[in-house]
Order: sequence, then C-alpha cells, then structure tokens
Amino acid sequence: MSWRNMTLLLQHVVKGKDMTLKKNNSALDSASRRDFIIKGTLAGGLIIGIGAVPELALAQSAVHHDHNSPTKYGEAEVNAWVSITPDETVFIRIARSEMGQGTRTGLAQLVTEELECNWRNVKTQSATPGHSLARKRVWGEHGTGGSRGIRISEDYVRRGAAAARIMLLEAAAKQWSVPVGELKVDRGVITHVPTGRKMTYGQVAELASTLNPPDPKSITLRNPRDWKVAGQPYARIDTANKVNGTKVYGIDLQLPGMLCASVKSCPVFGGKLVSYDEAKIKSMRGVKGVVKINDSTVAVVADTWWHANTALNAMPIVWDEGKGAGTSQSGIDKMLRDGLNEEGDFWQRKVGDAPKVINGSAKKVEAIYYTPFQAHVTMEPMNATVQIKGDRAIAWVPTQNGEGSHAALSEATGIPIGNCEVFKLDSGCGLGRRGSTQDFTSYAAKVAQQYPGIPVKVVWSREEDLTHDFYHPIAMAKMTAGLDAAGNCTGMHIKVAGQSINATLAPQNIKNGKDERQLQGLYENGPDAQLGYTFPTLLTEYVMKNTHVPVGPWRGVNTNQNGIFMECFMDECAKAAGKDPVQFRRALMQSHPKHLGVLNAAAKKADWDKPLPAGTYRGVAQFMGYASYSACVAEVTVKNNVVKVTRLVFALDCGHVVNPYLTREQIEGSVVMALGAIFNSEITVENGRIKQKNLDTYPLLKLAATPKVETVLVPTYDFWGGVGEPTICVVGPAVANAISAAIGRPVRNFPLSKEGLSLA
Amino acid sequence: MQLNVNGEIHNIDVEPNMPLLWAIREQVGLTGTKYGCGVSQCGACTVYLNGEPIRSCSIPVSAVGKAKITTIEALSKNSTHPVQLAWIALDVPQCGYCQSGQVMAAAALLKKNPKPTDADIDSAMSNVCRCGTYQKIRDGIHVASGQKKLVDVLAQYDATPATRG
Repeated sequence: MSWRNMTLLLQHVVKGKDMTLKKNNSALDSASRRDFIIKGTLAGGLIIGIGAVPELALAQSAVHHDHNSPTKYGEAEVNAWVSITPDETVFIRIARSEMGQGTRTGLAQLVTEELECNWRNVKTQSATPGHSLARKRVWGEHGTGGSRGIRISEDYVRRGAAAARIMLLEAAAKQWSVPVGELKVDRGVITHVPTGRKMTYGQVAELASTLNPPDPKSITLRNPRDWKVAGQPYARIDTANKVNGTKVYGIDLQLPGMLCASVKSCPVFGGKLVSYDEAKIKSMRGVKGVVKINDSTVAVVADTWWHANTALNAMPIVWDEGKGAGTSQSGIDKMLRDGLNEEGDFWQRKVGDAPKVINGSAKKVEAIYYTPFQAHVTMEPMNATVQIKGDRAIAWVPTQNGEGSHAALSEATGIPIGNCEVFKLDSGCGLGRRGSTQDFTSYAAKVAQQYPGIPVKVVWSREEDLTHDFYHPIAMAKMTAGLDAAGNCTGMHIKVAGQSINATLAPQNIKNGKDERQLQGLYENGPDAQLGYTFPTLLTEYVMKNTHVPVGPWRGVNTNQNGIFMECFMDECAKAAGKDPVQFRRALMQSHPKHLGVLNAAAKKADWDKPLPAGTYRGVAQFMGYASYSACVAEVTVKNNVVKVTRLVFALDCGHVVNPYLTREQIEGSVVMALGAIFNSEITVENGRIKQKNLDTYPLLKLAATPKVETVLVPTYDFWGGVGEPTICVVGPAVANAISAAIGRPVRNFPLSKEGLSLA
Repeated sequence: MQLNVNGEIHNIDVEPNMPLLWAIREQVGLTGTKYGCGVSQCGACTVYLNGEPIRSCSIPVSAVGKAKITTIEALSKNSTHPVQLAWIALDVPQCGYCQSGQVMAAAALLKKNPKPTDADIDSAMSNVCRCGTYQKIRDGIHVASGQKKLVDVLAQYDATPATRG
C-alpha cells in the first residue's frame, strides 16, 4: 500500500507526556486516554475560490480541523464544555452524535451564544463515553435519536457555557483587581469599561480554569428572542471536508496493522449457524481466519475488506434456518388483517363509547390502511473497529449512542467498562439504525478478541446490511368514524394491528401485552406526540402482532404509519361529510392551538383557499411527533397513474429554532425519505428471509423525483421541540390525500405501487 | 499491475477481478471514493475514467488498463472547483457520505454542459442521497454554473451571506 501519496493521512497520535487531568482522577489509564486524532490534511489554509463565480469567495472554509476529532482532555479546560487555548481557539465539547442532522452546529451556536465567544474561533471536539463515565457522566447523555440531540441537552449545555463565561470574566476581574461588574465581553474580548483596557478569553482561560464554577441554578440564560448567534442561519461548522473526500468515516479507518472482516448472519431471523467450511477459503488471498461471533453469525477476517467479503461469499455455510423459515409475507399480512377484527384486552384509550355512537350515527365511514416494513439503508453500511490491548478495549464506531456502544463493547468483551473507550465517528446516515441496537459494535468486539492487539474493522456488505436490519415495523389500521346529518364527526375508532418495537428492543416496557409506543402521535397527552383532535367519542386500540423480523426505530418511527392512518382517514371523513379537508379538521382542533397553528400556517403559505390550475390537486395533513407540530400541503398531478408532486409546503413549530437554515434542510431531507417510502420501497419476507437484497430491488428516491420544498417556520418560543423527524410523517398523508383527490378514490395501501401508482 | 490514479502510477499486486473501487480504497489508500451498494445503483463510488464518470464498484481493475483515474481527492486543488465551492456555500452535504460521488457527478455534468437546465440535472444526477439533499444539490449546480446567484438561492431560505456566520 502506498501511504506516501495519500491525500488523506490518518494520524494516530499518541501523546507521550503525562495525561493526568487537572480536575479529576480518571480511572482510565493513559493508553485508553490516547488521543486518536483524525485529520484531513489538505494543504493550504483558507480557500479563496474565485474564478468564474466570484460570489463563492464566501465559501472560505479552513479544513485544518476535523470537527469529528475526539476531545483532547486536559487542554486549557475552563469547564467540561469549553476549553480555550492561548491562540483564542475555543474548543466546544459535543456529546451528541453527528450524522448530518446538524446537531453539532446547533449546539455550538447555543454554547457560543451564552459564552459570548467569537464564532469564527470555534472548533468542536467529540466527548468520549469512557472519559465521560470516569467524570461521572459530566457530559450527560450521548444518545442521539428521537430528535433529541438539542432539545434534551440545551439547558445544561447553555448553563455550562454561561458558567464558563462567568469564570472567564471573574478571572479577568481578578487579574485586573477590579469588580466583575465593571467588565463587559463581546466575541471573546473582555473590556474593563471604566479604563477601556482589554483582555481576551485566551489570555484568562488558564486562570479561569482554576476558579470555582458558579451554581448552575443561579445562572440566568438568555431569552431566545434576544439570541444573536443561536437562531441564525449559520453555515454548518463541519462541511468543508465533506466535499473533497478527506472526511474519515468509520468505514474509511486505516490503522497500523489493521485487519478487516465481513460478517454473515443466518438469512432467516432466529436461525442458527450449524457449520462452515473454513478449509475451502483458507488459501484464498489475504484470508487470516474465520470467527464465529455468536450462534447465528460468522465473520471472515482478511488483510482487506474486499478479500474478507470475497472469501465469506465463497465459504460454504450450513444454517439451521429454524421455524422462521416457514414465514411468508402473505402470512404476516393475514395475521395483521385478522388482528383488526380481534376483540380483546388491548391497549386502549376510551372517551365515551365510540363504537356505539358511530353505529348510531347518520353516516359511518370505514377504511383499512396498510404500511409495510422499511429498511434504513444508511449510505455508510454498518461498521465498527475494535482493538483489544491486554485488559483494555478501544472502539471506533459510527454510532448514534456512544454510551450504548461503550456498554456493548464491555459486554461483548467481558472487559470492565472502566477499561473501555469509544471514539465516536460521524455517521454516514443514522436514521435510527445506529442507536439502541449495537450489533455492529458487539460483532467487531467479538472478532477483535480473537486478534489481540490488532485493530479489526468489521464492515457489513450492503446485502448483509439490508437483510439484517431492525426494520420499520409493519402495521395496518382499521379506521371507523361516525358523522351526523350536518357532517360533524360524532366518534372515531382507531384500531392498529402491527408489530411492536418494544417487543424487539425493550420488552420490559410492555405490560400484560399492552404497548402504547406503537400509538405515537395518537397519545392523549403531550408533550411528545399528542393527537391534535378532540373527538366527541374516541376509542384507540393497539393489537400487538409480532413477527420473527426484528424491528426498530426508523426516522419518524411510529408517527409515520399513524400519521398516514389518521390523516388519510380525516380526508375520507371530510369527503363523506362534504366538507373542505382543512375546515373539517379545524372544527376538531379548537383545543389544540399549536396543531391548529401549523395547519393554518401551511394552508396560508400554500394558498389553500385559492383555486388551482386544471389537473392539479391538493392534499393536507397535520401531525405531531418529537414535541414538534408539523403540517404539509401537497399539490400533485396524476396522469396514467404517474404522480408528479408539483408543490410541497410545510409549516413547523419546533418551539425554538436554533438554526433555521439547517432546520429547513432537515425538512427537505425528510421529504426524500418519506416519498421514497410511500412510493417505491418495501421490505417483504419470503421463506422467512428478506427478499430485497440491494438497491436494485429496494429503490431509493432520486433527485429527478424530488419536488421543491417550501417551508415556513412558526416557532412559538415556549417549548423545545425536535427537528430531524417531526415532518416526515405528514409527507405521506398530504401527498396521498392529493392523489386521492386527483383520482377520485382513496389510496390506502402503501407503498403506492400497490395502488398501481408511480412517482414521475 | 499498474494503476494511474490522480496522475500518479501505483504498482499494485491484486486479483484482476478486484473492483476498481476496492483497489482505490484499500490498495491505493484513497478513501474519499465510497462503497454504498457495490452494484452500480447508488453512485457513491463515482470516479472519472479518462475524464468520464463511472461507477468504480462495477468495473474490474483489470479492465482499467492505462486509463487515467481521477478521484474526488484530485478534482481540484484545495476544494476550489466551483461545484465544491457551491456545495460549501450552500451546505449541500448533510452526513456527507454520498457527496464525493455527488460532487464528481455534478462536476462531470458541468464539464459536458456548462449551463444545465433542470431537466439536464434530473437526467444526469442519478446518485442516491439518503439524507435527501437533492434540493440543495440542484441549487448547488445552478450556483456553480453561474445560472443563479448565491445570494438569490440563500434568500429562498431566508438567509443572506451575512447571516451565515
């Protein structure tokens, strides 16, 4: 391998000097605290790109710092969140993971806001779970899912930043022997107002770090309405090395002496590994060995991944496929459909006697909906790298849950967690796949254990990634409503039958077979996913129907199917009532002002009350998830069953908007994932295994089919909502409702290829 | 076997059926070119073969011969290609994993067609992005080709060059 000519150089920096921290007695030994710094080493500093497009001189961005780099502990640390070096660089520690959603930039903006430092001097570092544990979880939760990266940590992160500011000002006051009240600070420059003397954060950071921190509860945070840095559409802090190939993802890691492995699990979930013929591949090029990871998974280890994967595909393996092998998609579908007609002691929410009222109403509306399994297909396949060194374990993981990876590393190796460390790498998509399930970390740990001292990178082939996912759960719903003679809704009966995520991942949360999580978005109360309608009578039921296919969170999770069930059915009801879909909804939303607020904002932006050109039809949907309120208006044309989405308008109330530009990008992204899912892709089961093996049979949405997205942000400044997931669930029903309006019949089966429809 | 990558000759000792993608990543050691699907569906592995974009996962290294391979690392010096500049100015990438391929595909399009229409962009840009950055990719191509001003595109998102930090 020619390392000399690499543009990208992986620096494996081991600090020789004593790494003892100033402020704590870490249980970790020095080897585990080594700084593994990954750098893009593009020559040259600022990019001054002019030429044909002079305005792009704006695109000046230094590539010197990889924001993915782990925290360099002990470096001029004012407190856990902030360290400032004499050259005025402000390192902000970020505990949450970055997978493109922009949480790193948003958190850095919040810190900068309270710290009053200069944004242009800000760099971020990634807090490591092992070190966090040794410091009594000073950085709090690392988990980055459920659109919680900012909304759950904003308070303590902002308090940490404000505490650092207070300490820096106190240090300056001490140095000048003046009262702290005589100081002001602007972008990292402290001024003694009476004399005009100036000092920088970099000059007082060391002294500040020796002071006692203020009581966090004593700190008054800035009113978000007064924000200067947060709330602005700042450029993402970590874009530069994503456009020139120098960003290092987990799959790109190259460590000295590293081996690579490819894994294969029994094609049928629940099946077992019986035997494999290692001799057949032993002489293949580069092959080092075969490792049985667990009862159902085997890995081939080689010098390169391509060698490992080629040998794995050539190795004869005998599986005991188990009883799951008899399962077919039609069997699963029948089980769900039967569930819709079952009576029993299910999870229920009752307001009055909805079935009785509906049956006694002037008009009864009924519909059955179907939504399939979906796969995550993160662009970067599952991977992790682990090195076992004596009684210590180190992992490099693209993860949405650093502490989860940390625990998995310890559990898989049997090495005490205090001797484990995880370096989080920015993920090539997360989408829910890299959080609560840490199979990739465990697999890498198991393989690395067989090669002590050697770093082993385990990468899944796309085929393995697609066929051994934790899929978006399959679900059906039978929706029944009553209307009085005037077209007012008298009652609503929602009966969902489908698979439970908790049954796969958190069975302890299921009580007596009852599981409310599958009804996300239909909850009675907030703050996370409240139903936005008050029906005179209501019965909501969840009939749990589990399969042998593992399921898990997939961007938007259960708001996706529940949004379709509720909002497509609301349009069917409106039509039966002879009412405008927006008007029909409004009548039931008077006790839900925030839901109503986004519905009205989207309708206004989309000119709902104005006529459309002939052949264009509209649909609307509103739903709540992740503590945020979303509404969408779609416009479509349908010709010969080919749908063109001509306009998509969103309104989002996420309470506070930390970065409106990146918030809009999340909405744009959610549209692509949603449209792909409702038109193109579905995961199906054949002989107990997943039928779709790669992107040729699980097609993802492409640019040509992507409509332009218009977004209106309507923050109400009185809560903290999520951004990454809330809007995905309104795309499907808004588009489906527009299609139903266009073709004159309701569409109920997803993906819509089942309805004979395709996307232009 | 010799491979001409980014103007340098690399002597590699590999099986002839090794896909070019893996030769680039694991033999030459350039990891900007990504593995996404391995079956020519996603475009994350896009490189240039004698200046033409190809999906390197689906061509055996033996078929490359003396052809000149260009990877994302050598698209420009210091990320100064107009596509790269536009990508940064508009924050086109989210996770960024597919963007090496997207940038290579967009730069190839502009080389062939300096002022592409939306329809041209639709047909040329078939690379998959799971984050869903397509709207910004389209914007980025318009800006890189000089057909739209950056300030006008930013205005659509209630931003100005000054408010971008």
